[in-house]
Amino acid sequence: MADEIVIRAEGLTKRYGPNLAVDHIDFEVKAGEIVGILGPNGSGKTTTILMLLGLTEPTGGRALVAGFDPLREPLEVKRRVGYLPDQVGFYDGLSARDNLTYTGRLAGLPRAEIDARFDAALARVGLSHVGNARVGTFSQGMRQRLGLAEILMKRPTIAILDEPTTALDPHSTQEFLAMIRGLKADGTAVLLSSHHLDQVQSVCDRVALFNRGRIALSGTVTELAGRVLGGGHVIDVEARGSGIADRLAAVPGVVRVQALGASPESQRYRVDCQRDLRAEIARRLAPEVDLLGIHFAAPSLNEVYTRYFEEARDAAE
Amino acid sequence: MPPNRQADAASAASRRGSPWTGLGAVIAKETADHLSSARMRILEALVFLTAIAAAYAAIRSIRATIGESPFLFLRLLTLAQDPLPSFIALLGFLIPLVAIALAFDAINGEFNRRTLSRILAQPIYRDALLLGKFLAGLLSLTIGLVSLWLLVIGLGLLLFGVPPSTEETVRMLGFLVATIAYGGVWLALALLFSVVFRAPATAALAALGVWLLFALFWPVIAPLLANLIAGPPEGIFGPRMAYLTTQQIIDRLSPNTLYGETALALLHPQTRALGPVLVSQLQGALLGAPLPVSQSFILIWPQFTGLIAATIVIFTIAYVAFQRQEIRA
Repeated sequence: MADEIVIRAEGLTKRYGPNLAVDHIDFEVKAGEIVGILGPNGSGKTTTILMLLGLTEPTGGRALVAGFDPLREPLEVKRRVGYLPDQVGFYDGLSARDNLTYTGRLAGLPRAEIDARFDAALARVGLSHVGNARVGTFSQGMRQRLGLAEILMKRPTIAILDEPTTALDPHSTQEFLAMIRGLKADGTAVLLSSHHLDQVQSVCDRVALFNRGRIALSGTVTELAGRVLGGGHVIDVEARGSGIADRLAAVPGVVRVQALGASPESQRYRVDCQRDLRAEIARRLAPEVDLLGIHFAAPSLNEVYTRYFEEARDAAE
Repeated sequence: MPPNRQADAASAASRRGSPWTGLGAVIAKETADHLSSARMRILEALVFLTAIAAAYAAIRSIRATIGESPFLFLRLLTLAQDPLPSFIALLGFLIPLVAIALAFDAINGEFNRRTLSRILAQPIYRDALLLGKFLAGLLSLTIGLVSLWLLVIGLGLLLFGVPPSTEETVRMLGFLVATIAYGGVWLALALLFSVVFRAPATAALAALGVWLLFALFWPVIAPLLANLIAGPPEGIFGPRMAYLTTQQIIDRLSPNTLYGETALALLHPQTRALGPVLVSQLQGALLGAPLPVSQSFILIWPQFTGLIAATIVIFTIAYVAFQRQEIRA
């Protein structure tokens, strides 16, 4: 069940006149997986989401979402997909209950079921105390939670979240990310579009990097780091002595050495390697250099992203 | 065929699921919104007050001559008592305003609230959303008009002390249905502008502009256009038929004209024709005698179907424009 593919896109393409917004993309999302989609504005993320939801028609290629074609069976797709758009909007004059009752009725849920699911969903996102309050009195963070409650009410196979934490403060963001992990725990596949790379890295199993309508890279952060930074392993080294950077760079398999800072007692370096070189580095530094610490550092998605687009820009120039 | 046209064609040919899924939910929500909104209450109060005042003034005048006409209730609707215009003139003026107020922000309001993509991500087609909004507006308008209609008849019953005849009731019901159809034209137009213009204020202004064009300027423009197309109105032997026919056709492009003619034929049973009358047509006619109600309905049928057709055409344009829009909010 965990390996069941719930989203499959094959050659998915969208053209607006002469502009190619999405250019023959292929990707898959499995049940219970959180996949981040990243990329600069205009790179095709939202258009892809809209095609998966059946809200815009692809110019070419095809997609299967929860086993249905969004082009021909959009109602079946939308019954199984929860969508939280960027800065979600609600009817301000209606209460949270009335807003979600309306979408529950649109989803075809019976009234009693709507009430039961509403109470459970609101409790889960921590809004039980304002269920009957007008949404016009809600902060943006509360609206985002209410949007998530709407998804929970639907009990979807897939949740698509487009920039869900954009307007949230740090505390609310952490709470929201915990709720996203909760969706995964329920077995819901999550497609998360965001510009907040640290957040994506903290919750996503895999990421797909969009650039000019194409998926330039996809995989786990470690896999991406291996392809972009030249090494899948990042090792932090703290040592005391001279010529440390040169010694590190001379170790076979080291791709890059970056100085992180120095104090009177020690110097710190980050080393990108093609494999686990901790033992080799320790051997090469000794005995001239005092090795004070050596450990794995998680590769940073931010670093992967920045490096990829620097290289893409350089290549374009 | 370009690829996007191919996709459109494929989609249209094989889209599965009823386009009306969720229609009931949209109508219920939108109608509740309309009936509880401050905007509608203000407009309803305005229409009720002015219409009741016009009807009351007419009743006072009719009571003085109560035995002179067999159609007391129809006179109640058509009699103008200075300074107030007649009930039907007021309705003809105010119904477009109410209809525009109901629909000018129907779709662009959803865009601006950022609710559109969330709503359309539910298992419904755009068809259901647009039609639901239109039908909810029409239902709200109908509720208001039926209430007003009952109120005026009740006022007549109280003050005349006699009930309307069957023929009067049928004519007034026909007038009520025609008024709803007339409101439907303006509702569809406001809905179209709410799809086309992203700013509600622009949509409202555009709809009001069209209303002003037909309410104030069309009676001036139509003769000018007829003169340009068919030549001068007067010939050597009097009025020229070609001019009169052309002017009538141009006049009838206005929903106000269609509605005015419908009201005239239904509420003035003596009306025998809605256009130029030839002497040959009057041979054997009893001038001033009322037409049977069935004949009056035959007389207004083209106008009534014209109003319905205009509503359908404008709604269809709105539908096509909405289907082609990119949903990103």
